[in-house]
Amino acid sequence: MAAHLKKRVYEEFTKVVQQQQEEIATKKLRLTKPSKSAALHIDLCKATSPADALQYLLQFARKPVEAESVEGVVRILLEHYYKENDPSVRLKIASLLGLLSKTAGFSPDCIMDDAINILQNEKSHQVLAQLLDTLLAIGTKLPENQAIQNRLVDVACKHLTDTSHGVRNKCLQLLGNLGSLEKSVTKDGEGLAVRDVQKIIGDYFSDQDPRVRTAAIKAMLQLHERGLKLHQTIYNQACKLLSDDYEQVRSAAVQLIWVVSQLYPESIVPIPSSNEEIRLVDDAFGKICHMVSDGSWVVRVQAAKLLGSMEQVSSHFLEQTLDKKLMSDLRRKRTAHERAKELYSSGEFSSGRKWGDDAPKEEIDTGAVNLIESGACGAFVHGLEDEMYEVRIAAVEALCMLAQSSPSFAEKCLDFLVDMFNDEIEEVRLQSIHTMRKISNNITLREDQLDTVLAVLEDSSRDIREALHELLCCTNVSTKEGIHLALVELLKNLTKYPTDRDSIWKCLKFLGSRHPTLVLPLVPELLSTHPFFDTAEPDMDDPAYIAVLVLIFNAAKTCPTMPALFSDHTFRHYAYLRDSLSHLVPALRLPGRKLVSSTLSANITPHEDPSHQFLQQSLERVYSLQHLDPQGAQELLELTIRDLQRLGELQSELAGVADFSATYLRCQLLLIKALQEKLWNVAAPLYLKQSDLASAAAKQIMEETYKMEFMYSGVENKQVVIIHHMRLQAKALQLIVTARTTRGVDPLFGMCEKFLQEVDFFQRCFIADLPHLQDSFVDKLLDLMPRLMTSKPVEVVKIVQTMLRQSTFLHLPLPEQIHKASATIIEPAGESDNPLRFTSGLVVALDVDATLEHVQDPQNTVKVQVLYPDGQAQMIHPKPADFRNPGPGRHRLITQVYLSHTAWTEPCQVEVRLLLAYNSNSRLPKSPWVEGGEVSPQVETSVIEGTIPFSKSVKVYIMPKPARR
Amino acid sequence: MPEIRVTPLGAGQDVGRSCILVSIGGKNVMLDCGMHMGFNDDRRFPDFSYITRNGRLTDFLDCVIISHFHLDHCGALPYFSEMVGYDGPIYMTHPTQAICPILLEDYRKIAVDKKGEANFFTSQMIKDCMKKVVAVHLHQTVQVDDELEIKAYYAGHVLGAAMFQIKVGSESVVYTGDYNMTPDRHLGAAWIDKCRPNLLITESTYATTIRDSKRCRERDFLKKVHEAVERGGKVLIPVFALGRAQELCILLETFWERMNLKAPIYFSTGLTEKANHYYKLFITWTNQKIRKTFVQRNMFEFKHIKAFDRAFADNPGPMVVFATPGMLHAGQSLQIFRKWAGNEKNMVIMPGYCVQGTVGHKILSGQRKLEMEGRQVLEVKMQVEYMSFSAHADAKGIMQLVGQAEPENVLLVHGEAKKMEFLKQKIEQEFRLLPDAKKPRLLHGTLIMKDSNFRLVSSEQALKELGLAEHQLRFTCRVHLHDPRKEQETALRVYSHLKSVLKDHCVQHLPDGSVTVESILIQAAAHSEDPGTKVLLVSWTYQDEELGSYLTSLLKKGLPQGAT
Repeated sequence: MAAHLKKRVYEEFTKVVQQQQEEIATKKLRLTKPSKSAALHIDLCKATSPADALQYLLQFARKPVEAESVEGVVRILLEHYYKENDPSVRLKIASLLGLLSKTAGFSPDCIMDDAINILQNEKSHQVLAQLLDTLLAIGTKLPENQAIQNRLVDVACKHLTDTSHGVRNKCLQLLGNLGSLEKSVTKDGEGLAVRDVQKIIGDYFSDQDPRVRTAAIKAMLQLHERGLKLHQTIYNQACKLLSDDYEQVRSAAVQLIWVVSQLYPESIVPIPSSNEEIRLVDDAFGKICHMVSDGSWVVRVQAAKLLGSMEQVSSHFLEQTLDKKLMSDLRRKRTAHERAKELYSSGEFSSGRKWGDDAPKEEIDTGAVNLIESGACGAFVHGLEDEMYEVRIAAVEALCMLAQSSPSFAEKCLDFLVDMFNDEIEEVRLQSIHTMRKISNNITLREDQLDTVLAVLEDSSRDIREALHELLCCTNVSTKEGIHLALVELLKNLTKYPTDRDSIWKCLKFLGSRHPTLVLPLVPELLSTHPFFDTAEPDMDDPAYIAVLVLIFNAAKTCPTMPALFSDHTFRHYAYLRDSLSHLVPALRLPGRKLVSSTLSANITPHEDPSHQFLQQSLERVYSLQHLDPQGAQELLELTIRDLQRLGELQSELAGVADFSATYLRCQLLLIKALQEKLWNVAAPLYLKQSDLASAAAKQIMEETYKMEFMYSGVENKQVVIIHHMRLQAKALQLIVTARTTRGVDPLFGMCEKFLQEVDFFQRCFIADLPHLQDSFVDKLLDLMPRLMTSKPVEVVKIVQTMLRQSTFLHLPLPEQIHKASATIIEPAGESDNPLRFTSGLVVALDVDATLEHVQDPQNTVKVQVLYPDGQAQMIHPKPADFRNPGPGRHRLITQVYLSHTAWTEPCQVEVRLLLAYNSNSRLPKSPWVEGGEVSPQVETSVIEGTIPFSKSVKVYIMPKPARR
Repeated sequence: MPEIRVTPLGAGQDVGRSCILVSIGGKNVMLDCGMHMGFNDDRRFPDFSYITRNGRLTDFLDCVIISHFHLDHCGALPYFSEMVGYDGPIYMTHPTQAICPILLEDYRKIAVDKKGEANFFTSQMIKDCMKKVVAVHLHQTVQVDDELEIKAYYAGHVLGAAMFQIKVGSESVVYTGDYNMTPDRHLGAAWIDKCRPNLLITESTYATTIRDSKRCRERDFLKKVHEAVERGGKVLIPVFALGRAQELCILLETFWERMNLKAPIYFSTGLTEKANHYYKLFITWTNQKIRKTFVQRNMFEFKHIKAFDRAFADNPGPMVVFATPGMLHAGQSLQIFRKWAGNEKNMVIMPGYCVQGTVGHKILSGQRKLEMEGRQVLEVKMQVEYMSFSAHADAKGIMQLVGQAEPENVLLVHGEAKKMEFLKQKIEQEFRLLPDAKKPRLLHGTLIMKDSNFRLVSSEQALKELGLAEHQLRFTCRVHLHDPRKEQETALRVYSHLKSVLKDHCVQHLPDGSVTVESILIQAAAHSEDPGTKVLLVSWTYQDEELGSYLTSLLKKGLPQGAT
């Protein structure tokens, strides 16, 4: 009977709980709390079979538990644990205990005793392993409590002898994570129980189960990560594990060897079967090199990656990695690379391949040839030839890192990197080109190498070609033939792929300025001048001719004798190019021409730059805005905006600042116009017309402020405050206008409240910056805040109106570096007259290729918009993988856009453009506004508040045909 | 000791006519059944009478395994099964099963139709023979009968080439066939797990060669072709129908694709076309790149490579032509060569070895005037290039495979005796120290015999089960040490000395003046008679015997001077 009553009580209790949960109010959480453990208890009691209980537990695990109720839940769980006979249920309970002890704000030391207790009586290996996992969670939660940690370590040591690999695994994991770092001497005088965690773990390197061996190595690595200095003796143990049967063991052992080699690089180790000794880091390097030809590709990738970070290795070991010691029928043979080098140094160039050109030379002493244990020998040769491209990429990366730290190695590995330009996988080719660029400071390309490099210019992949242009920008070429070759190949590239024009010009600019002396003897040939005859004047619009001129002019900058070789038209073309392509053509000191500006600009530092001064001056002029009458202020603003815009067009490096300031001033201008006296003093019937103007202004200001906030990179917090302030003013204007046009008080209530919320929001966000906003609109508004909160909407509007009209102009501090985000759509070019035909209802894929400049986080912000002639607009989110990052501040979007529409009678154009999506909340600190942690941060940021178009739209001709039946 | 008998019926210490007889655990297996290209008499096939004089083949052999479709590995198969008579199973991989009959048929045609041989196997025999074939998958363990099982591993070399593991009971043999340890444009590298066979039978064609990176070769090849085509020349590449032809096709195809070239590439029809069909089908046998991209596009669906027609040879403009046969001794490749030889813009690239006497060999050795049939003299103005594309493992590759498989013994076949000698010596040198898979391992435990049952348990558990108390065995030893200082100081010196020597062990100095190393106790006491001598009492348990005796010997050497 009693039991029956109890059940009823609980039943009612749960009912209540469920109703409250249905209401779902985060603030009422407290009410549901006591029920959690109780409900669980009932559920578990009700469960008739282990399967049922398991179901309840699974359901329970889906909901979060608050910190306060964790303890109760844990008690209930433990209680059931003791009663439970089924191991699977116990396992689930144990895992739940682990999860619960991770709850933030809950201190798990109270459940540790119980956990250890149940551990001692547990028979099932799986449950044991899970319990140890729980203990690990508890231990990691309490990193300072040394006593608990020691106790846990003791428990782990006790269970290390378990027969199940799972239990041993977990024990080792626990030891690795919690084992005390210093060799602490225990206090008890028996002289026992001194635990050297390293030794204990080390003993399990020879466990019979590969999983346990792996876990032991991982635990050792964990100890290292936590800051324990590993013993050198581990090295020998780890070396033995390199020949383990199981790949995961070998892979972990390679890591361990690497760690030890970084710890004791200079230690001396003996070479087995000889009396010699070598440095440990060299020995380890040899061993890891050997693993590059392991049977498992996972190990190979691991080994190749680690090789890159072993910079302390001796240079002769390093160089062996590129030497495979070729032989043919026991006779030494030279590699193709060596032959190429020899050919080059002997001056003989065009060699038709002869039969037996690679004939082996001298005899090799059979005893001296080592085929496998030769350590580092040819490791990279193998790695770069590997079947799996993952290994090849890892090898290229490692090569890059080693070459950066050793110039002599860089010189040697060049041949191999050049060979990788012909890899079958594009990623590998790209990676090796990038690598080469990174090490290009250390190297000079031989002509035959340059030849191979340049051959890749014909690659059909734009990424590859552009990477190669970047590479050529910073390569050193040794001869004038090399320069000529490069120019010829680049021009060939230009005719084949005209879209590469800009990239090629830029490349030639650097090529010219790096090698002035090599270009000098080529000038007459390149300009096709003749000592006696005048030659025809080349076409000025020919991209190839411009390319040649870019090369020559940049070389001439540091080579004063060169202009003497120019013909008359070259000077004319110089003047033209200097104006039209000023970023590519430098200022030259030309004989017989007074180029005052160029001499001047050469001597002044950027700070004294007149254009910069001009910018400062025009902005300072605006400070005096307050003192002017509205008419004068408007004129001044208009003037300044015009000046700034012109400046931005002329000086590309100042374009960002100029545009940014001009936009701000335009906002101010709009605001002033909207607040003009006469507008507000007209009679009520005329409101409508004026308010149209004002609300349009408010809308435009809002748009402009969003542009300012999100379209520029390098905007700092102090600018953001000003921008937000301007936006707040616009919102105030909107409020006033609507208040004047709408009748009735009810809608006003909501609007006023919203506006006040905005003000409050502003205050909370920029509380630190408020002192800078003396006398501003918001400053005054905040002073009156208490009054505003209590007054009626009509009054609020009145107050706001007066304050808005009294508000002063805030000076916008100029940021250090600011760039406007811009985008150019390269593809589709929008020139095609042939419509894309497709069946209506189906989709057609349109390739979009665009370059983005100065866009922050393009993966989340850049969208593609398609506008159909019927006004329908479609926004497409490109995949993150569609963005590439070819250089700092630059991105490239290559994606496909799917178009579809119902049938049209004739082809028509759709517009494609890029949008910048923004969300003004993402800038703010999140914690106070995200309620109850229910909205995950990802959802929060991906919400698009609005978009700004930032590229010219491109028209694409399409024609959806009706489907044929 | 397991007895494994190996009898090579061909390709023991030479190349060609691969045929090896293995007797393992009472089972007889024939590995490969090839023909020899160099002979036209009885010597071209292995001598099966070695078996037949004792009875029928079927009774003697348990199975036949073919490693890949090259004729020197499968050419004698119809003769063996149909003419000599064998009805047991023949194992090979799926691609081999598909391509093998095409090659056999071609071989038969040349032998019978062209050379007019009689008493050769017929098409029907090839068909009948192929009916006895059982195809296997990679890594699939096939039970031939209750005891004998075989398993195939990937071998590279050509499409469908495999290495086979033959296992009877605990004895096993691995036969590699031909294999390649470096991947090429269409095939991956050979791979085997650590199966630790008793015997590894490996080919050793390149026993004394270490090859250069294949990238240089490929780059050279592509550059040569590209330059010739840019000049407007025609390029002739004489190839044999299968294997290298596909690799070079892939190479040129991807290059054309990458460089956006327009010049046409042709290959002569016939065998190659049929073979390409199979390459398209057996994508799983190719390398990573082809396997990964075939969903978008099968790399063997050539975009730029088209079938050749005789009339195309006179077309103006650049082109690349693959034509059979490979040594320019007859057929289409020779016809085209004669047409193009006169123009110095043209080029011929020989991608492989040429036998003496062929046109290929003549031009490679620099001859510029060739005498053709009918007393014609052909002047060769075109460029002649040589490129070696070979798909056998080099010395390093062989060693790598031996390292991967960790066999007890290695048998070298399919190579030259002299070269094998070198490799043999190397293998002995490098792998002498290989860990023995079945080496004894030390084990602490107790064997309990109860009710005619054996159980191996840990000693603690045994003690518990039998209700016995552990008997502790402790050794003590006195070491005399000359040290005039006090006991405490002596103990401290001992402590610091041991601490510096025994870095891996835990050395402690206890408050009562004694020193412990792990569980070994050391106490210092003054000698009863001589105060200048201290007696060190060292005590250790039986379990620590090793460390204990090491410690006493260490202490007997005395303490280092100057150590405090």
